[in-house]
Amino acid sequence: MQGEDAKLAMTRRDLLRLIGVSAGGAAMYAAMHRMGFAAESPYRGAPALQGAPPGISVLILGAGLAGMVAAYELRAAGYQVQVLEYNARPGGRNWTLRGGDSYTELGGFTQHCQFDRGLYINPGPWRIPYHHRALLDYCKKLDIPLEPFVQVNYNAYLHRADAFGGKPQRYRTINADYRGHIAELLAKATQQSKLDAQVSKDDQALLLDSLRQWGALDKNYAYAAGPMASNRRGYAKPPGGGLSAKPLDSQPLQLHDVLTSRLWSGLTDGEILEFQTTLFQPVGGMGRIGEAFGKQLKEVIRYNTKVIAIHQDDHGVTVSHEDTRHPGHTQTAQADWCICTIPLSILSQIPINVSAPMAEAIGAVPYAASVKIGLQFKRRFWEEDEGIYGGITLTDLPINTISYPSTGFNGKGKGVLLGGYAYGLDAYQLTAMTPEARVRKAVEYGSQIHPQYAQEFDNGVAVAWHRAPFTLGCFATWTDELRDKHYQNLCQVDGRIALAGEHASYLPAWQEGAVTSALDVITRIHQRVVAGGAA
Amino acid sequence: MKRLSAIALLLLACTPFACAQTSGQTFYTYASLTHANGEEIFHAICQGCHMPDAKGAIGAGAYPALTGNPKLASPQYMAAVILFGRHDMPSFVMKPSDHKNFFEDAKLSDAQIADVINYVRTHLGNHYINSITAAEVTAMHPQYMATKP
Repeated sequence: MQGEDAKLAMTRRDLLRLIGVSAGGAAMYAAMHRMGFAAESPYRGAPALQGAPPGISVLILGAGLAGMVAAYELRAAGYQVQVLEYNARPGGRNWTLRGGDSYTELGGFTQHCQFDRGLYINPGPWRIPYHHRALLDYCKKLDIPLEPFVQVNYNAYLHRADAFGGKPQRYRTINADYRGHIAELLAKATQQSKLDAQVSKDDQALLLDSLRQWGALDKNYAYAAGPMASNRRGYAKPPGGGLSAKPLDSQPLQLHDVLTSRLWSGLTDGEILEFQTTLFQPVGGMGRIGEAFGKQLKEVIRYNTKVIAIHQDDHGVTVSHEDTRHPGHTQTAQADWCICTIPLSILSQIPINVSAPMAEAIGAVPYAASVKIGLQFKRRFWEEDEGIYGGITLTDLPINTISYPSTGFNGKGKGVLLGGYAYGLDAYQLTAMTPEARVRKAVEYGSQIHPQYAQEFDNGVAVAWHRAPFTLGCFATWTDELRDKHYQNLCQVDGRIALAGEHASYLPAWQEGAVTSALDVITRIHQRVVAGGAA
Repeated sequence: MKRLSAIALLLLACTPFACAQTSGQTFYTYASLTHANGEEIFHAICQGCHMPDAKGAIGAGAYPALTGNPKLASPQYMAAVILFGRHDMPSFVMKPSDHKNFFEDAKLSDAQIADVINYVRTHLGNHYINSITAAEVTAMHPQYMATKP
């Protein structure tokens, strides 16, 4: 009995493993959840900050989304706000590079973006999940038009240099064949009574019906060449009109070839909570959000201002700063309270008198490496030649991602695509190159997927986040251990100082984390102010 | 570079952009990085922040120079920074990872950490005579690492 149970259990485990993507997808999801990546926004509307005594001042460090949300709401509640910003523009990592823009990274490497009018790349955040309600609410308040961001495109590619001789495969094909073969296996196991111990006879009938539908199986529960499979994976010759109208069915790949290609590892990205349909992007670039906030807060943001030191006492907060265009001449700004949104990568280097646990937290979190590369081409060949409209191609090459623009579809002019979105070791190595070399690498690697690159490439820009003068890294890489030890300490109101930003959230790297952390912190400071103003 | 097909190389050679300069850099994978020496590691990773001339950089914050920096007098200090990280700089220590995430950091062996330290301290305008060994780096691991079989 025991032996038979063990055998049954093995069968089920094997099947689960096959059904799974389980290994890749679920493990990744679990890891992401641990990192905070899969958390939904708790946003339930902007806080109502009523009853603040007049004349209370708040100094906000950083005009990124966290800082500007804080300034916007506090000013509306009657506070006197002032914002100090290192860059000459609002937005921080909310940023769009367009033709005519210049960007100088650390080391003095300057790029002049030569994209055509209306074309752009978002070096930082580039997509807004539908459940990032706080950010969406501010887009509505600030009249920022949104359009759909295409994440999953069945006609885009999955690519690995060592799979199918390096020939990219359509997402549609791998998805259909992977599912079809799994459905067939599970149907066979059901018909051979191998699931009798787990699934009742009635349920087995339903299971078989569902497998036929889910996997596009034929009447014999086989995944085989025919109209069912072609309608999922595509035809050898698609149906048309007239004399040559008759379609030809395509031949599914063998299960072995699908499995050993490992291309299935790219099937589940669009099923992760953050990437589920619908996603959005602001029309004209993600930077439209920062720009709109900047316009609203024009009178209170001081640009080109580098924070040198932050000091608090019983009476308030004093921040020393200097004009980045005239360094050496230190000035000060004072306020009753300070909300600091400076990334920890930089704040850890600035003298600040907060409690030892908070100071330790500020210095404890490393920042992720990430590189994004925008490439302009003379024509939208991915649409014209390959029928790819928006969406993402995934590859194991160092560029990792090619994303086709989710706007300007079917246009006649030039086009800009995201030619690389690297992280980890690939990002370190791209960061270590000159911007020109990064662009060249993206063109070299991308040519393996789109041979048109060689002919159609026009110009490009590359942003390596560790070389960004205003962040020194992409985002805070929390681990379970770091969160247990430091997160609570980081998020306290320490005397008259509190921190906000994606680093003070469970939505790291997401704009929603910055926005919700700002709303949380202004609510807590407001409560203290209303309760008596003493820190 | 080695993955690039001959055809793509040929085609690229014809574009004006590619003719301007060849990058000549190898892309390491997590596997092939284990064979990189100190000099190669410096150019593939360290110079991203510390800059190709090792002079560091200053923006809203700063990356320290790895040339003419008195802290380089102690190879143990350098090893500690690479092993444990410092502020925004991640740890490069080889540690068992229970979860693979998409921003997984580069990992260096103790021999590689020693080698990159010795490279930096004898190049890039630095002329230190003493060096550090892989065993000395190993000895600096926290207890939980050292007791692992």
